[in-house]
Amino acid sequence: MAQSLFHKVWDAHRVRTLANGQTQLLIGTHLIHEVTTPQAFGMLRDLGLKVAMPHRTFATVDHIVPTDRRTEPFADPLADAMIRELRRNCAEHGIVCFDLNSGRQGIVHMVGPEQGITQPGTTIACGDSHTSTHGAFGAIALGIGTSQVRDVLATQTIALGPLKVRRINVEGRLRPGVYAKDVILHLIRTLGVNGGTGFAYEYGGAVFDRFSMEERMTVCNMSIEGGARVGYVNPDETTFAYLKGRPYSPAGAAWDAAVARWKAVASDPGCPYDDVVTFQGEDIAPTVTWGINPGQGIAITDNVPDPARATAVDEKAAIEEALAYMKLKPGAPLRGTRIDVAFLGSCTNARLSDFQEVARHLRGHRVAPGVKAIAVPGSQLVSLACAAQGIDQIFRDAGFEWREAGCSMCLAMNPDKLVGDQLCASSSNRNFKGRQGSPTGRTLLMSPLMVAAAAVTGAVADAREIFQVR
Amino acid sequence: MSLAKITSVSGRGVPVPGNDIDTDRIIPARFLKAVTFDGLGEGLFADARKAAMAAGSVHPLDDARYRGAGILLSGANFGCGSSREHAPQAIRKFGLQAVVAESYAEIFFGNATAIGLACVCAAREDIARITAAVEQDPAVELTLDLVDRKIHFGGKSVPLTLRDSARDALINGRWDPIGELLEGREAVAATASRLPYLAPVKK
Repeated sequence: MAQSLFHKVWDAHRVRTLANGQTQLLIGTHLIHEVTTPQAFGMLRDLGLKVAMPHRTFATVDHIVPTDRRTEPFADPLADAMIRELRRNCAEHGIVCFDLNSGRQGIVHMVGPEQGITQPGTTIACGDSHTSTHGAFGAIALGIGTSQVRDVLATQTIALGPLKVRRINVEGRLRPGVYAKDVILHLIRTLGVNGGTGFAYEYGGAVFDRFSMEERMTVCNMSIEGGARVGYVNPDETTFAYLKGRPYSPAGAAWDAAVARWKAVASDPGCPYDDVVTFQGEDIAPTVTWGINPGQGIAITDNVPDPARATAVDEKAAIEEALAYMKLKPGAPLRGTRIDVAFLGSCTNARLSDFQEVARHLRGHRVAPGVKAIAVPGSQLVSLACAAQGIDQIFRDAGFEWREAGCSMCLAMNPDKLVGDQLCASSSNRNFKGRQGSPTGRTLLMSPLMVAAAAVTGAVADAREIFQVR
Repeated sequence: MSLAKITSVSGRGVPVPGNDIDTDRIIPARFLKAVTFDGLGEGLFADARKAAMAAGSVHPLDDARYRGAGILLSGANFGCGSSREHAPQAIRKFGLQAVVAESYAEIFFGNATAIGLACVCAAREDIARITAAVEQDPAVELTLDLVDRKIHFGGKSVPLTLRDSARDALINGRWDPIGELLEGREAVAATASRLPYLAPVKK
């Protein structure tokens, strides 16, 4: 019977059925970082257990790492304690750590792919909801909590119920100035922030077929913002070309065998899905959020919603709450709204192609007076590649601060934070109240080029006009 | 390892209304900078509580009328966003034993169940009725009966829903799966042996 990738991978990793009906699922690759693991290692110690598969466990540091001055000890003693705890745990259990001095450190969801650790047909878990990123390679990649991190450390498995599979096709072509980020923001605003609850999202169609791995990662990354625990793209030649020659990719005869397996794991033509939705690439515009969850977005050419026009009581209340927090006027255009900060970074959009695309347009422009603009490569390898291509200099010349690799201002666990009610044009993934570190800070999610357009004009703008994108 | 069988939860209610309440709101990221879960209770809804105070009102969690409540009442898609287990941990450390909401985000629900925090669903209008009863008389006792799938309050009762696997885990005292997962060691090894990518690679 024709099967989807999700079911093939699930079946291959199913260990047994547990007493409560859940599946004991083997996790082939465990990615860990400093924030969600110290308690898990502590529980492991309390139970007198060792790490079951240290050779399938990979660590890096990202959330708490300062992106300006990285000399240790860090100014923040709590951050310093966390990084030391991770090092101690990795050393004690024989776990590879892509540490600050490794040249390969970065946001965990960038390190896995860059190192060739993220592979098709595998199961991946990490104590971070954006683990869905790795689904871009045709992996079932799950964000988990700390008790489950303990479960994976101790047994290399988790207890999990089955998911349904929704196939999401994006057909046709994207218009100039429309990016992978716009695709996922559009999907979320259409399907809802909880539309994916209980589902794995399988992305496909002509737009995804043409997408690079980095674009696929941007979309899969935000699956969780649509409520889907897992998002993936079937592996194809683009996937294989990306993986070839990476440090943990198979080599020699093992490469050919792996590619044969990877091809076989893709969803079979005509396989059944629990749901299918289809979008047309041409219908997607540069999309910007105006509210306090990633589903509250509009095309840059549209106006912010007016609660007076809401059709449901809930919708009205949600719009009112969001507009009050965001200090935006009902029914007004978002374009022209003054921003205070421009942030280009995060596991959603801090890959080489993101900086290349912005750099291509940024030359000759200057960050507007009064705007703090920071560009934060997601990994040391991206940082190096940008330096080799002179991209860092283009950003600096334009007035951006060019930083070191880390999660930075996406989540405010390091010194990069909003202050007061600053409004931030951000290439990150969450616009929740207080997300960027100030309890009254405000976030507008958008593509990297839209962030750049906001940075140089000092206000929310249509990047297609500012940079003459045709 | 023997775990408590959570067949019912009783306590007074505290309404924290709203849909899509995310885990950043439940526990702001700055409280995650710690190597233990201790002390998370004070961070529960910290910014929302502060904002309420600054606006001259009082957040339900700080409202004297609801002091000592054991059951949090909320809306749809509760716990969306980050996978931080700190969110259910903070709810429990604050002193709450259960949540009644319209629906939950997946990761939050799994994290909560795995630490024995009962998260049950009820219909919107039923949550509204319970909330109204609690607001009228905060002393009203709620009982979540996980076996009979009912919420009792003030002489009334409404149905609750709870995913079968979670209900089984809670009422049979196997909500923390670690013991059972460890028992599967041999089956794990057998499954792993069939997956070429798990073989140790010499580097």
